[in-house]
Amino acid sequence: MKRWESWVGLLGLVLVLVGSYMGLFVAPRERFMGDVQRIMYIHVPTAQVTLLIFTATFVGAVGWLWKQAWKWDHLVEGSIHTGLLFGALLAVQGAVWAKPTWGVWWTWDPRLTSVAVMVLSFLGILALRSFVDDPVKRATWSATASVIAWVNIPFVYLCVRWMASLHQTQTQSHQMDPAMKLPLNLSSIAVLLIAIHFVAVRWRIAARQRARELAE
Amino acid sequence: MVRKELLHLWRARSRVVATFAFAFATLLLFSFAGGLNADLLRANAAGYLWVGLLLASTLSLGESFRVETAHDSLEMLLLLPVRPTAIFVGKAVGNLVVLLLVGVVMVPAAVVLFDATPREGLAPLLLTVLLGTASISAPGTMHAALSARARSRDLLLPLLLFPLVVPCVIAAVQASRACFTGDVMDELGAWLRVLVGFNVVHWSLGALLFARVVED
Repeated sequence: MKRWESWVGLLGLVLVLVGSYMGLFVAPRERFMGDVQRIMYIHVPTAQVTLLIFTATFVGAVGWLWKQAWKWDHLVEGSIHTGLLFGALLAVQGAVWAKPTWGVWWTWDPRLTSVAVMVLSFLGILALRSFVDDPVKRATWSATASVIAWVNIPFVYLCVRWMASLHQTQTQSHQMDPAMKLPLNLSSIAVLLIAIHFVAVRWRIAARQRARELAE
Repeated sequence: MVRKELLHLWRARSRVVATFAFAFATLLLFSFAGGLNADLLRANAAGYLWVGLLLASTLSLGESFRVETAHDSLEMLLLLPVRPTAIFVGKAVGNLVVLLLVGVVMVPAAVVLFDATPREGLAPLLLTVLLGTASISAPGTMHAALSARARSRDLLLPLLLFPLVVPCVIAAVQASRACFTGDVMDELGAWLRVLVGFNVVHWSLGALLFARVVED
């Protein structure tokens, strides 16, 4: 592991601990949901970063289709793995929040459905990558499928505004108590740093695997 | 290319018959899964129709590229003085014709099996079938091309396609349900517009990206 990767990961870990502590014990109790709302200090950053990671997959996919440079394929591989991990965490956190709030672990609300579609689409692309032996074909085919799968991402973000949804719309900054903003912002930076750490590590693993494949 | 696909389809008519037989068998299975409750079957007729069509589509889509890869004829097609976009449109229209024929025959089958009379008349239901099958054909053709030359292609195609077409299946089921039970909420037009939007996005993406999939 490179030194900067370790520092980014460590900083992310420290900040996530600080943000979670502030969210759990310092931030005021939310008026309507009570203490269950405190999961938002990790759920919202996870959601933001998951969409960002899959957008990085899209950037990598377009980069590969345009330039055919291996670094773009490494970005696709690193970000899909990390995005799926964060997507799974997002679903678990959402279910933990939904049970006491909505009375069910899961409901077919537009936001939840579109997130499930997003995660399953990229899971399929990961399967595609494992079923293709030729590295160039693998990169091109998974880049093509990634561009198609990414089309769903703007819908994931906007569906709560466009459709009748049980899931609330995005809370604006001016609607929040300043004491809630700090732990949320800290956690957002923390989760982003952890995601960058994971993508960077997975990128390097992908680069080594590709170098070995191309040498064979 | 469209003419070539339709000619090939005519010579391999058994593909349409086999796809219909499979779709019809799934309708029968849904009848038993529903517990033979007439009200429940009638209420779910639209869902059974579209899940049956979607499951059957994987057979037809997979077969459309299996014949090309089996004799390396895809490479021959690429030697012709036509753009890959034309090959995509030809293949997608061929797949659309198969699914449309199966869908048109499935509607009376669903009416008979589930006692679901289309209260809004036949025209909006047939329009829904046309738009819904077109929504499966474009991404289906793209992902059939991707998976045809990969290992475990029969596993890969549904894994890539099913999450992607969830929005189109939801819209097609809701539009068909409005046709069967009566459009009391005046939502049929909105769901048909969703299908049109889905078609525009996926036929455009297919035309844009198909060359990269088949030329590499």
